[in-house]
Amino acid sequence: MPYISNTDAERREMLARIGVGSFAELIAAIPEELRLKQSLNLPEALSELEISSLIHDRTCGNVCVQNANSFLGAGVYDHFIPAAVDTIVSRPEFFTAYTPYQAEVSQGTLQYIYEYQTMICELTGMEIANASMYDGASAIAEAILMSLRKNKLPKAILPATLHPEYVKVIKAYTEGNGVELVTFASKDGVADLADLAAKMDDSVGCVVVQNPNFFGNLEPVTRFKEIVNTNPKALLIAAVDPISLGILIPPAQYGADIAVGEGQALGNSMYMGGPLFGFFATKLDMARSMPGRIVGGTLDKEGKRAYALTLQTREQHIRREKATSNICSNESLCVLAATVYLSLIGREGLVEVATQSAQKAHYLADTLSALPGFALAWPLTPFFKEFTLTTPVPAEQIIRDMLNSGIYAGVDLQPFGHERKLLVAVTEKKTKAQLDEFADALREMNYE
Amino acid sequence: MSKTIFEYSSSGRKGVTLPRRDIDTPLEKMIPAEQLRQKPARLPEVSELDAMRHYIGLSHKNHFIEKGLYPLGSCTMKYNPKLHEALVRHSCFNNLHPYQPECTLQGSLEILYDLQEALAEISGMHKVTLQPVAGAQGEFTGIKIVAAYHKAKGNHHKTRIIIPDSAHGTNPATCALVGFEPVELKSNSRGRCDLDHLRSIVDDRTAGFMLTNPNTLGLFEDQIEEIAEIIHSVDGLIYMDGANLNALLGIVQPGKIGFDVMHFNLHKTFTTPHGGGGPGCGPVGVVEKLAPFLPVPMIGKNEDGYFFDYAHAETSIGKVHTFYGNFAIQLRAYIYIMTLGAEGLRRVSENAVINANYLMALLKDHFHIQYPEYCMHEFVADSSWQKKEYGVSTLDIAKRLLDKGYHAPTVYFPLIVPEAMMVEPTETESKQSLDAFAAAMIEIAQECREHPELLHDAPLNTPVRRVDDVRAVKVLDPVFPIQE
Repeated sequence: MPYISNTDAERREMLARIGVGSFAELIAAIPEELRLKQSLNLPEALSELEISSLIHDRTCGNVCVQNANSFLGAGVYDHFIPAAVDTIVSRPEFFTAYTPYQAEVSQGTLQYIYEYQTMICELTGMEIANASMYDGASAIAEAILMSLRKNKLPKAILPATLHPEYVKVIKAYTEGNGVELVTFASKDGVADLADLAAKMDDSVGCVVVQNPNFFGNLEPVTRFKEIVNTNPKALLIAAVDPISLGILIPPAQYGADIAVGEGQALGNSMYMGGPLFGFFATKLDMARSMPGRIVGGTLDKEGKRAYALTLQTREQHIRREKATSNICSNESLCVLAATVYLSLIGREGLVEVATQSAQKAHYLADTLSALPGFALAWPLTPFFKEFTLTTPVPAEQIIRDMLNSGIYAGVDLQPFGHERKLLVAVTEKKTKAQLDEFADALREMNYE
Repeated sequence: MSKTIFEYSSSGRKGVTLPRRDIDTPLEKMIPAEQLRQKPARLPEVSELDAMRHYIGLSHKNHFIEKGLYPLGSCTMKYNPKLHEALVRHSCFNNLHPYQPECTLQGSLEILYDLQEALAEISGMHKVTLQPVAGAQGEFTGIKIVAAYHKAKGNHHKTRIIIPDSAHGTNPATCALVGFEPVELKSNSRGRCDLDHLRSIVDDRTAGFMLTNPNTLGLFEDQIEEIAEIIHSVDGLIYMDGANLNALLGIVQPGKIGFDVMHFNLHKTFTTPHGGGGPGCGPVGVVEKLAPFLPVPMIGKNEDGYFFDYAHAETSIGKVHTFYGNFAIQLRAYIYIMTLGAEGLRRVSENAVINANYLMALLKDHFHIQYPEYCMHEFVADSSWQKKEYGVSTLDIAKRLLDKGYHAPTVYFPLIVPEAMMVEPTETESKQSLDAFAAAMIEIAQECREHPELLHDAPLNTPVRRVDDVRAVKVLDPVFPIQE
């Protein structure tokens, strides 16, 4: 039997040592009528060879982005991952280890989390980061709940330009806690600041901004704080793309109190959208209200540098119903990938990745919006690596047509309430030839 | 003491070469000046070799399953097959985007559909969502479903959830997150729920009951039928925390014995790696009347193939994850179930129970065991003898085990046993490795008598000595001070 060591003879020997004649005696505490009378109805067990072949068959039912020219984004991005990242992440020393509660035999895990926290603070300009949340969506939700703990003000104002899947998660997370979610309008594909100003009042606990926003556009982030400050207790939560921080102003600099975001783009494969990981950073004076695990530097008995989980009295295993969150397992191995990625890509590399992504996206946007019937949805609004096109026919049709040419054209925004809109993402991995190929394929369709 | 990655930095050193720019528009032409970053983030500037030496060096400081026994109770640190790692890294899995058209994801969707079905069969539940990405998020999803059920029925007076005093901390924390008030239930002298106490606290306000079965003492909650009757009589729902499902595979189907909703920990029972604290996966199974409240999308199947099913979006609790959960983890669990089959899964639980009882038999003369009856997949010993006689605490014993090449058990939990050591060997350990572990524990018991100071000093042979976690709180140091 796979992965079970004991032979039948050893099993008998062990039962004898326990002092029973059979396994059944050990489970006598389970009332007979509660036990399953027949065998589970599952497929016949497969050998390693057979399961490998079955899994191979299943992969043939997928068409991955490597075998296509993909412009899909909207939260999950196909950025370059150096091979060395997987070398580290696939070491059993990291991936079969448990949560680092026993610090003396978990220094490897604790130290990379400490380095990760440092990198996230560098990127965002914040002072303390946690060891990760489940994804960007739950990180925003937890930031809203933290804001509620901090200032006890129930209203959270969300932008209409926030990722609609994030909004669903935020709703699920906050509705039991008396949070009132209010949406402010958008204008030209970004926040309508006049509407935000109109919605500010004494009951507003926090305002969320996503930058770049769901449509790829750059929000006027530097103008938020002044409006949020009309209620001095209200916090500004910025959800940002970490790659963009290679070239974009860090959240702390425009007055964000909490910086969060989806971290997948940092060295993690897409895997159909999971695992993802959320980063979460804030100011030191809010450390004790934070959710999730935090690693701190300390000393061992001999005065040697060491690391340990810290501020654990915030957490569920100690504080139970008074904990700042119920989170326990987070996305540690994804954080390791991000840490190794950021180490390898380095100071100049992250700037280059962000710059090339922006350059290529802008080239493609210029090319596609010049095609008959196509236009940028908001031609005057700046964007980063992703942009929204207005299309001459339903976007769904374009996606279908392009699929025949081996192109994933982008994300159809119709299911999110935006007719004839296509969201197109570009990363540094694209070559000019691939961008031209997409434009040529669209041109040949003669939609107009 | 090892350096941080930042201390390897040398200005201008590179770990990666990126392609030359084939388009070179100046940034200022694309992005408004006030939104541009003035100074680059001070990330490390290291070579690939620097990074490899550093992170492989760090890896040597970890305990991990391949190094030695990991007897953490309720954590199920079983062996993680390497086949899974090889198969999930296929480019037609790791290069899939969540917004690809369904027709290009049929292979993955088929796997997920089959996994939903397999988990439903294993648990005896009607339907299973794979979306929650951790056990605690599974709890959150399950308790949200409890809330949605009562809301749909107009049960606005249902504000409380009952939780035994032996429960994991995530249970009450989850209730608080969903907006319920947790009410603590006492355990009786047999280490099970105290039914008299239960009857005295159940009333019309009771929305549900969260129970870990087997419980955290490793004992099967044998009064589950009466508990179900009491809770159901006030239209409450019973939630099973599936952390300890490894004891029940093919033996008991929770959905058939009174539980209405439960979560699985794929990173425990179904051997997906713990990853040093995730990514995990916490699917949730429900009985038929709760299916309308499951998160969207489910994975559906019709004559055209497999699809993301949003049909019940109106009644659903919505979403708990941006997309469809941790696909890479779901995939590993699927491979595991397919490799073991029904017979193999039952053997898992049988061997998990035998291993735990065998280890308990080897240790019971050396450590106090508060509930000395046959256990399921784990048992709780304690250091009360050692504490009283020699002043040695469970913490000391845990640290001494590290010296001997073992990870410590789960300590000081459950809270109802003083100086608790919760031991779960799992089925993948051999008799020989259990014998060796027991010998180490017995040696420690002897050291407690002869050299108690040795235990206060432990660990002696680990990468660092006993870590001062009080200082970590007092002198908060969460970020490395990068020097320019």
